[in-house]
Amino acid sequence: MSFISNMKKDRELMLNKIGISSVEELFKDVPAGKRFPEVVMPQALSEPEILQALSRMSAKNASAECYDWFLGGGIYNHFVPSVVGALTSRGEFLTAYTPYQPEVSQGTLEAIFEYQTMISELTGMDVVNASHYDGATALAEAAIMSVRSTRKRNTVVVAPGLHPEYLEVIETYLQGLDIQLTFGEPDDGTAGYIIQNPTFTGEIIDVKAEAEKAHEKGALLIVHTDPIALGILESPGACGADIVTAEGQCLGVGINYGGPLLGIFATTSKHIRKMPGRIIGETIDQCGVKGCVLTFAAREQHIRREKATSNICSNQGLAALSAAIYLAAVGKSGFKKVAELCWHKAHYAAAEIEKLEGFSIKTKGDFFKEFLIETPIPAEKIFGNLKEKYIMAGLPLSRFKDGNSNEMLICVTEVNSRKQIDRLVSALKELIL
Amino acid sequence: MSNLWKISGEGRSAVYLPELDVPETAVPQKLRRKEEPKLPEVAEMDLVRHYTNLSRKNFSIDTHFYPLGSCTMKYNPKVNEVTASLPGFRNAHPYQGDKHSQGAIELLYNLQNQLSAVSGFDETSLQPAAGAQGELTGILMIRKYHKEKGDLELRNKILIPDSAHGTNPATAAMAGFKAVEIPSDDHGNIDLAALKNECDETLAGIMITNPNTLGLFEENIEEVIDAVHAAGGLVYGDGANFNAIMGIVKPGELGFDVMHYNVHKTFTGPHGGGGPGAGPVSAGQLLKDYLPGPIAVKEGEVFHLKQPVKTIGRMKLFYGNFGILVRGYTYISMLGAAGLKDVTENAVLNANYLKALVKDSFPAAYDRSCMHEFVCRGDIAEGIHTLDVAKRLIDYGFHPPTIYFPLIVPEAIMIEPTETESRETIEAFAEALNKIAEEAVNAPELLHNAPASTGLKRLDEAGAVKNPVLRY
Repeated sequence: MSFISNMKKDRELMLNKIGISSVEELFKDVPAGKRFPEVVMPQALSEPEILQALSRMSAKNASAECYDWFLGGGIYNHFVPSVVGALTSRGEFLTAYTPYQPEVSQGTLEAIFEYQTMISELTGMDVVNASHYDGATALAEAAIMSVRSTRKRNTVVVAPGLHPEYLEVIETYLQGLDIQLTFGEPDDGTAGYIIQNPTFTGEIIDVKAEAEKAHEKGALLIVHTDPIALGILESPGACGADIVTAEGQCLGVGINYGGPLLGIFATTSKHIRKMPGRIIGETIDQCGVKGCVLTFAAREQHIRREKATSNICSNQGLAALSAAIYLAAVGKSGFKKVAELCWHKAHYAAAEIEKLEGFSIKTKGDFFKEFLIETPIPAEKIFGNLKEKYIMAGLPLSRFKDGNSNEMLICVTEVNSRKQIDRLVSALKELIL
Repeated sequence: MSNLWKISGEGRSAVYLPELDVPETAVPQKLRRKEEPKLPEVAEMDLVRHYTNLSRKNFSIDTHFYPLGSCTMKYNPKVNEVTASLPGFRNAHPYQGDKHSQGAIELLYNLQNQLSAVSGFDETSLQPAAGAQGELTGILMIRKYHKEKGDLELRNKILIPDSAHGTNPATAAMAGFKAVEIPSDDHGNIDLAALKNECDETLAGIMITNPNTLGLFEENIEEVIDAVHAAGGLVYGDGANFNAIMGIVKPGELGFDVMHYNVHKTFTGPHGGGGPGAGPVSAGQLLKDYLPGPIAVKEGEVFHLKQPVKTIGRMKLFYGNFGILVRGYTYISMLGAAGLKDVTENAVLNANYLKALVKDSFPAAYDRSCMHEFVCRGDIAEGIHTLDVAKRLIDYGFHPPTIYFPLIVPEAIMIEPTETESRETIEAFAEALNKIAEEAVNAPELLHNAPASTGLKRLDEAGAVKNPVLRY
């Protein structure tokens, strides 16, 4: 079937019009010796067969809705309202492409314009682009942008606390470029200074102080943040950030085994021409009616070719739409409530775990929804043991290079009830009895 | 524009959140934001109406013929949405461990093998998130290969034919290479003399889109590849046009060293208004160990995720755009090898049929059999430009093709009908183009004033740059 509507009779009529007798003739430019190779693949499956096969494959995976879930580490189990999926699955959104023709793409354009507005509100930044592949590629492109935006500087400094996988992605992105990556404090050669807030292990840091540190040396401050935390915490824009990136997966996108995600990217008006990615702007039509278009295209790869700000072309449009719908759905009061629920529940969980013999909280100072604990036995052992009780306890840091085997990162969100938290605490207690 | 903030009312929300069931912990005042984000405040029904009505302002594959060249806007089967939403895929977490993700890794493993089989390569990584990221992946792999051989200092240029995809030059620059453009000859092929002139000791590689953006299969492809290899360069294939060659030829057998796919084009991942896509990359013997990972491997009956030994690193977080990969896997599994070949044959037949139907009004820029798409010109009458033709097509109920690309054809119109369109739809579109060609002569104002049928008329794009308004 191949989802093709033309039948043999149609094809014959078409071949006739073209003036050839077989479809094979259309491929005469392909080297004869290599033409029509054998392709070995499993037998094609019917729709009921593929549904059954994939349902069974899916059932082999642990899935968050069946567990008391405390596993985060950059991907979070936040609630996705039903309305998000119901609206993003509309074919008019789902099966359109990049809105090159604005007169017939106002749905996508207006929705992304809303997204830009809401992310601008959250981050306190002037300009937001239409998204990157994920938080890490957004951050990598922010690092590159900082070098392009500062004169004669080519060093990017990473402060402690960055997610280790983010660092790997930045290293991949920078390997071909004349940009040095260093760690610690910014100095006179620093183009961009990267901080993650809250850090990978949960600490909330003083962004204002970091901004002063960066600006004193003439560097740009790049803040990578958790959008949900911005329901409570001061916006990076208000603290002096020059570029803000974030992983927007928590805004209605879902978990999806880690992809698709949503790379949020925002900056100040001053830097707009150095910003990568698509941007939507408002304008008017010939009759003076307001509408939206793709704008500032002169920065982009199809126009500026090798001098473009990035090679990015497609983005995470549907994930950005999910974020817009999510933020509009929870609304002003709901967004704050989600953040506060995370805060209170995480702090309750931390306080209860701290009471347990042998456990302690390693995250220093304030945290938001995620904190690091020290465990009396290897964290991986706890993970495996609690998994059997349908509790996904957290992220053992031994999974990462140089990670301490007795440390585990625990994440608590609005979906974790007190009962779930209490079950986690009892299960941890039983382990050491 | 329908402004959500204008229909907001204080305290309204469309989400039913749980009440607080734990003791409160005070948030230190020093951490609290001074100003709350001004998000909309609407009830669920108003929210649903708002976005439903917004969606109706879009043309999409589900509503309209959408022949955007090089974007492969084919039908996206609904079964894909069902499989991608299965709870064990949708709610699986990347850090839950390989042991508890056997189904997901098995899917990745099978998809890697399917792609390698149809392209003739040895190994596939599903990590890249999109075509442009797949390109960057391939060029970084070529870079690392030369670096390990110790001649990266010397080999600093990547050749890019002027008929290649628009992202290629920016990709080469992001990988630290100098992009050198190679002109096309008058058959729409890579100019062999110009190519050979650049095949020297500074050559790192070439990025070839085949079929190219003119919709033409490179007639001298083997000679091009041999020349690059003879000079010590490697060959990257931009697989955005892979829909044109499935079951017809394997790039791996032609001598390509590395290539990306666009799952959202060839393998029916939905385009989503701009993404997310997925851009897997396959490589042959020389480059497979440089692939980004982790990639899925099978040991006995158990599946694992592993980094290839000489990997360029991670291109993105975790294991690629998994949700899109599930859709691609669903599609490929339902078609099998014969089904994929059917796809290509019908895609190429549809393009050639359309080309034949409009040959008098919009002759193709190159008089050859095309593959899955063809390029013609829109300046068909005095004072008429491509943009006018494109906008007039909207009045006939069609999404315009890609316009003003490729750059080597002035006033280009690049049309890719795809295999899922019926003969009748192709004929209706051809009839519209032929009528527009008549209008261009007899009633040019219809083209200049198009679109007349849409809520908004032509928008002032220059004004959007001059007075930037980038949020409500």
